[in-house]
Amino acid sequence: MLPQSQGVAAVLRDEPLIELASVGKDYTTEAVVVRALRHVDLTIQHGDFVAIVGQSGSGKSTLMNIVGCLDRPTRGTYRLDGLDVTRRSNDARAIVRNRLIGFVFQGFNLLPRTTALENVELPLVYRGVGVAERRRRALEALGAVGLADRLHHTPNQLSGGQQQRVAIARALVTSPPLLLADEPTGNLDTRTSYEVLGLLQRLNRGGITIILVTHEPDIAACASRVITMRDGEVRSDLRNERPVDAAVALAALPPSGAESDERAP
Amino acid sequence: MRGYLAAVRIALRAIVRSKLRAALTVLGILIGVAAVVIVVALGTGVRNRILGEISGLGASSIYIFPQSTQASGLRRRESVRMSEADGLAVLKESTSVAALSPFSSTSMQIVAGEANVATQVMGVTRSYLSILSYRVAKGDGWTEADEQLKAKVCVIGETVREDLFGSSEAVGQYIRIGKHPFRVIGVLEKKGQSPFGEDQDDRLLMPIGSFRSRVVPSAPGKVQMLVAAATSERTVDRAVEQIDRILRQRHEIAPDDEPDFVIRTQAEFRASQERILDTLTMLLSSIAAVSLLVGGIGVMNIMLVSVTERTREIGIRMAIGASEGDILVQFLVEAITLSLIGGVMGLGAGLVVIKVLAAALGWNMTLPVSAVVIAVGTSATIGIVFGFFPARRAAHQDPITALRHE
Ligand SMILES: Nc1ncnc2c1ncn2[C@@H]1O[C@H](COP(=O)(O)OP(=O)(O)O)[C@@H](O)[C@H]1O
Ligand SMILES: [Mg+2]
Repeated sequence: MLPQSQGVAAVLRDEPLIELASVGKDYTTEAVVVRALRHVDLTIQHGDFVAIVGQSGSGKSTLMNIVGCLDRPTRGTYRLDGLDVTRRSNDARAIVRNRLIGFVFQGFNLLPRTTALENVELPLVYRGVGVAERRRRALEALGAVGLADRLHHTPNQLSGGQQQRVAIARALVTSPPLLLADEPTGNLDTRTSYEVLGLLQRLNRGGITIILVTHEPDIAACASRVITMRDGEVRSDLRNERPVDAAVALAALPPSGAESDERAP
Repeated sequence: MRGYLAAVRIALRAIVRSKLRAALTVLGILIGVAAVVIVVALGTGVRNRILGEISGLGASSIYIFPQSTQASGLRRRESVRMSEADGLAVLKESTSVAALSPFSSTSMQIVAGEANVATQVMGVTRSYLSILSYRVAKGDGWTEADEQLKAKVCVIGETVREDLFGSSEAVGQYIRIGKHPFRVIGVLEKKGQSPFGEDQDDRLLMPIGSFRSRVVPSAPGKVQMLVAAATSERTVDRAVEQIDRILRQRHEIAPDDEPDFVIRTQAEFRASQERILDTLTMLLSSIAAVSLLVGGIGVMNIMLVSVTERTREIGIRMAIGASEGDILVQFLVEAITLSLIGGVMGLGAGLVVIKVLAAALGWNMTLPVSAVVIAVGTSATIGIVFGFFPARRAAHQDPITALRHE
């Protein structure tokens, strides 16, 4: 799970992975203009683990969607890995999403009635990877998130934590340099949240840049940089020299006899 | 545009997931394709049958009728307008006429013992049998001597034989026609119905001379019609020209004047029948095509529903790197798969119906290979045409809007 070679080259050139300059985003709904993002300048280096916090409606998801090439900014420029992606064609942006970005959503967003293995293989299908290679890499990714024994379960046969691990495996399977997680623990209990976070930290140590949106301070404390947003602007941008190790936090939790979330129904 | 096989798998899975809905959509296409297949097969069946029967009447035969015109009506008596002499002249002078027979007929009651029946009594020469491809199955035809002597002999069709003699031997028996007893010397091979629904076995043939002197007394040499055969199907037109020229000469009609006769050919008749059949087939095919169109609209409808229902799925696929082309292909393949399933099943259903119909009607109906190609091709085309709009709608979704869709 190493970042891709062009990422390595960029690291050596000391170029940032993400560079947002004067980015703004307006939503026009029935003649009312919502300024979801007012003015954001943001630079994120390779290998960083960034948490974005802020009240609901402060523009965190809007920012993530722009960074993830799912949405286009109304104003400003966005360079990803040295590449201006704002004005690229839809097809080019699809390729960028496929090769450079892995997404993890709050609602998991797995394909229903589709097995874990097939869900994880999907990005590779769109990348044109052959069946055997696809299978091998999906198995590897599912192994990395500890789900080697749940390959043929469909999402409704998996617990929330397991579903989110499948989603992480799907995000990882293409070995992207950037992983975006919008409130990945929002639907999970504390214990499972720390497990997922521990997984993300491990991946980050392996070299993947991670941006994580959360509104829980405990979760944000696990990141090495915390950006606070308010009213569509960055309010504070602090480096956390001693991020909490999720594995340690997990061990410190009072033992829960049930472990219910981790058992498949 | 990667992995069409994967796209087909996704499509099949989506179809299996909503079985009832897919089944109803497939049914629409099935009915349409089956209708087209059946109409085409029926069309070719009717065509083969009718055209075959027409050919059975003698593909190169030519009919010459008298026709009253203002000029001729003034100039000569109607009764001598068409004569045996005209026929002999045509046979002698025209190089493209191979055989010719005078023809007169009347419908009348004939009696044999206790049985009596109304039938068509015809006066002809021996050539008539060969021109219209009649064969004498039992006994013999009459001889030239019989014709010259106006002998009281006759050849009867199978229907007449059955009605008059039933299971007993007909040849050698006597039939009373008017005042005269005629000896049955032959029975014709069964010919069945003509394309006009006429029973071609319900007739009695006798020498023309015998007919004129004993059945319908009339002026010497006068006939109702001449029946000729060209030397081959290809020389029919030339034969018609020659007959026209000879008869105009004999009847003293200038080349530009309206003649007092009409010449009709089997080929002409065949062509007009073919035109009627073509029109009929076209008409039925367009009705079938309309049902196919309705099936197509069903596909479009169901695909639009499917796209709306799976908006979120589309968003997820786009988020992990599916291009617009990938999404387009996915939904297009789904539409084509639905249509093709309907097409193949419709073809099967059509074949079953054709088999049943063919057995019930006793027709020889073959489905031309082209119909199979058309059925499969049309259903695939329907999938593409009616699937394209929904598929494009899916592909043009905004990823973030699609992902937020609930
Ligand atoms: N598609 C949209 N249409 C209109 N307004 C939107 C849309 N998406 C977000 N917004 C608005 O933009 C603002 C920022 O939203 P969002 O980025 O989702 O905030 P957060 O993720 O921090 O809760 C909110 O006021 C929200 O109502
Ligand atoms: Mg949000």
